[in-house]
Amino acid sequence: MTTHLLGVLSLALYLASFFFYARNLYVPSLWIGRLASLLLAAGIAAQYWELYQRSLALHTVPYDDLYGSMSLFAWLLGLTYLGLEVFHRQRAVGAFVTLLLVCWIVLLDVLMPHSLPAPSVPRGPMFAFHVTLNTWAYAAFALSFVLSVIYLVQDRLLRSRRLGVPFWRFPALDVLDRMARSSVYVGLVALGFGVAMGLAWEHRLSGGYSLGDPKVIITVAIVGVYVAYLLLSRNASWRGARAALLCSFNFLMVLFSYTFVNLYFTRFHRFL
Amino acid sequence: MTTTATNPIRAGAIRIRVALIGCNHRTAPVELRERIAFSSQQALQAADELRDRGILEEAVVISTCNRSELYGVPGDLAPSAAEAMEEYFTSFHRIPRGELEGRFYRWTGPDAVRHLFRVAAGLDSMLLGEAEILGQLRTAYNQALDHGATGPVLNRIFQGALEVGKRVRSETEVGARPMSVALAGVKLAERVFGNLKGHSALILGAGAVAEQVVEHMRNRGIGNLRVINRSFDRAAELAQRVGGEAVAWESLQSVLGTPDILVTSVSATGHVLTREMLERAIAARSGRPVFVVDLGVPRNVADNASGLYNLYLYNIDDLGEIVEQNKKARESEIPRAEAIIAEHIDKFEAWRGALEAGSIVNDLRDQFHKHRELIIREKLKDMADVSPQERDRIAHITEELIERLLEEPQEKLRHGRGMRGRLAGLEAIRHLFGLDEGKK
Repeated sequence: MTTHLLGVLSLALYLASFFFYARNLYVPSLWIGRLASLLLAAGIAAQYWELYQRSLALHTVPYDDLYGSMSLFAWLLGLTYLGLEVFHRQRAVGAFVTLLLVCWIVLLDVLMPHSLPAPSVPRGPMFAFHVTLNTWAYAAFALSFVLSVIYLVQDRLLRSRRLGVPFWRFPALDVLDRMARSSVYVGLVALGFGVAMGLAWEHRLSGGYSLGDPKVIITVAIVGVYVAYLLLSRNASWRGARAALLCSFNFLMVLFSYTFVNLYFTRFHRFL
Repeated sequence: MTTTATNPIRAGAIRIRVALIGCNHRTAPVELRERIAFSSQQALQAADELRDRGILEEAVVISTCNRSELYGVPGDLAPSAAEAMEEYFTSFHRIPRGELEGRFYRWTGPDAVRHLFRVAAGLDSMLLGEAEILGQLRTAYNQALDHGATGPVLNRIFQGALEVGKRVRSETEVGARPMSVALAGVKLAERVFGNLKGHSALILGAGAVAEQVVEHMRNRGIGNLRVINRSFDRAAELAQRVGGEAVAWESLQSVLGTPDILVTSVSATGHVLTREMLERAIAARSGRPVFVVDLGVPRNVADNASGLYNLYLYNIDDLGEIVEQNKKARESEIPRAEAIIAEHIDKFEAWRGALEAGSIVNDLRDQFHKHRELIIREKLKDMADVSPQERDRIAHITEELIERLLEEPQEKLRHGRGMRGRLAGLEAIRHLFGLDEGKK
């Protein structure tokens, strides 16, 4: 019950944060912007508490099932965005990220069962780090996707010369580019450590590595395409809109890994 | 002589009146506006003289390149304050009245307040939503305040105006988007590069609009500025003026690869920058974007260059179209700005109403007590059988009756909403009970 209430509270805070971010985008105001960031931080705190309560009830990591895993994804997405917002001093993207968070959580509430899954066997802190870091990487890649899409829209508006209200409010192309690359760096570092943790955990458990598992293969491919993005985004003929397009396509691979591979292909990474 | 504004709030009956006369770009040509402008010193001198002559109790003079306006709170001795203000205005500048016939606008009461709020919001400006007027208003008001020329009424109105100006600019798009070709070019460059500090620009040619673009870029702290022109001397002259570096025309291709922003305004029949030249420039920049503002007529940049990857090209027509879009966008925000103004006028009227209502009840109380004392004295004169205790009791009861009768209207007038409509009612009460007669 407490978990559910905390979930509702975090959703309400994200919704309020979205409202103020959107207001700030339309009519920029330092205090409204700060309030939006504060509400987002409060939403993140409430959702953390929800995950913690869920963990206590399950006697294991709170993301042992698809619901928990997706909820963790949303939490990390919010957290990563807040970090980037502070680092780049740019709030204009907040409205899009919080809207994504709200839609994500509402979808979770509608599609997923609220009842807790049967407690599973505790798998130790290394496993917990493995899942958390990998989910964090996916959240960071999702953020880079949002930023790249905004980049493409902004670039299209600049070239079409039809400049509406959002055009003058969105961050500059250069800022969007830097934010997207920062986000990908965060994602790659998290994914690198996450995979290493997973392999170490598996080795301790079974003495070997399941390198042929579809999840492992697609994760390596994801690392490959994002490293390619980072390299190409500095290349003369890819820098700019093409790199943003590549970053957006890369995220499709992440989605594929997070959904189809998790649900249907892998043996070890199923959340159902 | 400097006098301090009297406080109408502490005076007996409170009648808050505001008057304004002025000329602006709509009513007078620039040649006339120049002649009726006030320097800061003259503005304070005028405020002093208007108060010394009893025309106004409080005064503020606003004088900018587009307007000269006198705001004041008329004194009791000035029934036709606007007329007297106009008379003073013309005599101050030694201009025959006939010359200013029909040039002045006059507003009083809420209309004067509305006018000031619209000025502060930039709605009355030649360039809709321009920001400078708010600073000019603040300066004029602060000088008058420091000089002791304002009082509670003008303080209230001007502080409200400054708040309106601030709110309109932060809550609406009235002043948000660039309205000149030069500023539009620079703002668009900022959409690509963000902060222009640390970025570089190359200016080809030395046209007037290009110079304005340079000025805006300098104001935004552009890192490096180079000027190139067919005549090196002209390039050197402009470079010196804007704090940049002059480059010989022969080095054009070699320096093209450096700047993030190119501004061209060269008088030439053919294209000065071809697709190939720009392609090589972008390659030399490792593909980093280039923002090109082509202000030349005929155009300096080849048409087919616009398709180059990471090249953002805007010619004078593109920028003109954006300015036009922005103008329409600003105009569409006027109703929102007017709503903010209306909200602040209501606040001012509520304040005015509360003060006037308080004073009217006090006047009524005084009048009722006067009548009460008269009646008691007259009626009790023939009642010898009434003891002193009973007389005291009658006096006490009638006093209580007056207080009870006034209690409800006092509350309603002080705390009631929709004060603007009630102010007309207050005037009627004054008239009905003849409250002004004794004072006159």
